[in-house]
Amino acid sequence: MLEVRNLTKTFGGLAAVRDVSTKFERGRISAIIGPNGAGKSTFFNLVSGLHKPTSGHIYFDGAEVTGLRPDQMALRGVARSFQTTHLFDKASVLDNLIVGHRLRTKSTFWDVLLNSRRLREEERACRAKAEEVLDFVGLSSIAERLAGEISQEERKRVAFALALATDPKILLLDEPAGGVNPEETAGLADLIRKMAAKGLTVCLIEHKMDMIMSLADKIIVLDHGEMIAEGPPAAVQSNPRVIEAYLGADYAAA
Amino acid sequence: METPLRTRALLAVLLLLAVLFPLAAPNSYYIYVMSLAYIMGLSAVGLNLILGYTGQLNLAHAGFMAVGAYTVGILTVDHGVPFWIAFALSGVVAGALGFLAGIVSLRLKTHYFVIFTLCVGFILYLVIEKFEWLTHGTVGVIGIPAPPSIGPISFETPVAQYYLVLVFLCAALWVMHRIVRSLLGRAFVAIRNSEDLAEALGVNLMRTKVLAFVLSTVYAGLAGGLYAGFVRFLGPSIALESHTFELVTFILVGGIGTLFGPVLGALVLTWVTQSLQFLQDFRMIVFGPMLILLVMYFPQGLIGFVNERRARRAAEAARARRERTAQDNRQRNGEARVNA
Repeated sequence: MLEVRNLTKTFGGLAAVRDVSTKFERGRISAIIGPNGAGKSTFFNLVSGLHKPTSGHIYFDGAEVTGLRPDQMALRGVARSFQTTHLFDKASVLDNLIVGHRLRTKSTFWDVLLNSRRLREEERACRAKAEEVLDFVGLSSIAERLAGEISQEERKRVAFALALATDPKILLLDEPAGGVNPEETAGLADLIRKMAAKGLTVCLIEHKMDMIMSLADKIIVLDHGEMIAEGPPAAVQSNPRVIEAYLGADYAAA
Repeated sequence: METPLRTRALLAVLLLLAVLFPLAAPNSYYIYVMSLAYIMGLSAVGLNLILGYTGQLNLAHAGFMAVGAYTVGILTVDHGVPFWIAFALSGVVAGALGFLAGIVSLRLKTHYFVIFTLCVGFILYLVIEKFEWLTHGTVGVIGIPAPPSIGPISFETPVAQYYLVLVFLCAALWVMHRIVRSLLGRAFVAIRNSEDLAEALGVNLMRTKVLAFVLSTVYAGLAGGLYAGFVRFLGPSIALESHTFELVTFILVGGIGTLFGPVLGALVLTWVTQSLQFLQDFRMIVFGPMLILLVMYFPQGLIGFVNERRARRAAEAARARRERTAQDNRQRNGEARVNA
C-alpha cells in the first residue's frame, strides 16, 4: 500500500536518509528503530510530505505521490502524529478534535458567510467524527476537559484520535509511547493493535523495544540514514549488525 | 453551536448601552471619541483574525487601513465618485493589495513574516507620502464628504454618524462570529497551534493563511473607509506602524483570539487615554505601568480571562455530570442485583 524506492534526503552534504527501499502492507504494524540521528523522523517527514526527497520515489495505493505537500498526503489517507502534539489548551478535548475531519468537507468561505445547510451538516459530521474517534481511543469520559489539563498519556491518545479523524489509510506515529509509564505503554500498544485490527496500516517510530518486539509485524532498522535490517522482530533481534549499531550486546544476551 | 442564554442577554444589554450612549453623553465630543473608538475597534477585529486566530502578526495592518481610507478620500474628492461606492471599493482595494502582499509575505514564517510586513507597511506609508500626484503627499486629502444619506436616513450629525459606525461594527462582529465559529475558523486556530500539525490534518497552509490575511485586510480597508468619511481629513501618518502597535495593544488588553476582545480593548484604552489627558506628556508614566500590570495579571486579556474561567467551570460541570450519571448507573445496577 505504501512503498518507497531508493529514498534519499540530503541536508547540505549530509545524507539523513540514504537509498531506503521498503514496503508497508495493509493492516500490518511496522516499526522503525535506530539510534538517535539515524534518520527515522526524516523518513517520516519524507513520507508525510513535509520534506521533499532529494531522490527516490514514494508510491501510495499504486500511485506515485513523491513531492506532494502534507495536506495533499493527508487527503490521500496518510495521517501522522508528532512527538509533541500542540493542542489549543484553552479549549476542550472534543473541540480540539473537530478540525481533524475538516479535510473531508467541501464547504467554502461562502458557505461560512451564508451559514449554509451544507456547512451546518458538515460541522455536525465533524463533531460526530470527533466523538467517534474519541470513543475509539477510550477518552469519551474526558471530552469536555480542557486540553491543557490532561495527562501525557491522554495527550498521546488525543494525538491518535486527531490522526484517526482524518479517515486515514495509514498512520505514521512518531514515538507514540514517549514519556509515558510502562502500564500506559501497554495500554497504548493495545490501542495500536486495535487500529490495525480495524484494517489500518500503522507505522511507528519507537525506542521502547519491549513494546515493539511484541507489537510489530515488521521492523526496519535505520543507522546513519541507511536501512541495515528489515524483517520480523525475532530475525532483527538476532541480527549482528543491529545488535552492534543499536541494541547493544546486553540486549542480545538478555 | 448555540450561544448560551446568559451570553445573549449580556449582548443585548451591551447593545442597548451602545444605542443609549449618545443620550447619556454630556456633549458631542464624547460621541466623536466613542465613534472613533468603534472604528479602531473594527480595524482591530480584522487584525485579530490574522494575529489572534491564525497566529500571524501583520505589522502592515495600519497601512491597509490607510489604503482603505485613501481609496475613499481620493475617489470622492478627486474623482467625484459617490461615497458609498468608494466605501465599498475601500474594502476591495485593501483586500486586493492584501492578496498580493499575502501571497509573497506568507511564504515566510514567524518573525521573518513580521519583519516583512513591517516593511510592507512602511512601503505603503512611503507611497502615500511620496506619490503626491495621487495622494496629495504630506498635504493630505482635505474635504472628504460625510457619508450621504441612505433613503430618509442622513448622516450629517455626530449622533447619526455614531449610529452608522455602530451598525458597521455590529455587522463586522457578526460576520467575524460566523467565520471564527465555523470549520474555517477552526482551521485558522489549528494553524496558530501548530503549522505542521494543521498541515498533517489536511489544511492547505498557504491558501488558508492567505484567506485569513485577505479577510483581515478587507476589515482594515473598510475601517479605513469609515474613518475617511468620519474624520474627513487624511494624512500619510495614519499608515505608520505605530498605529498597528496601537491596534495590537487593543487586542492584547481586550483578549487575543476572542471575538469582542479587540473592541473592548479599543474602548478601554481610548477612554483611559482620554481620562489621562490632563496629565499631558506625563500620561505615559501612568499608562505604561497600567499596561504592564494588565499584561502580568491578565495575560489572556480581559475577555480571555473571563473565557478561561468559564471554560474551566464548564469542564468541571461536565465532569460532575458524568460522575453523577456513573454513580446513578452503579446504584441502579446495585438495586437490580438486590431485586434479582
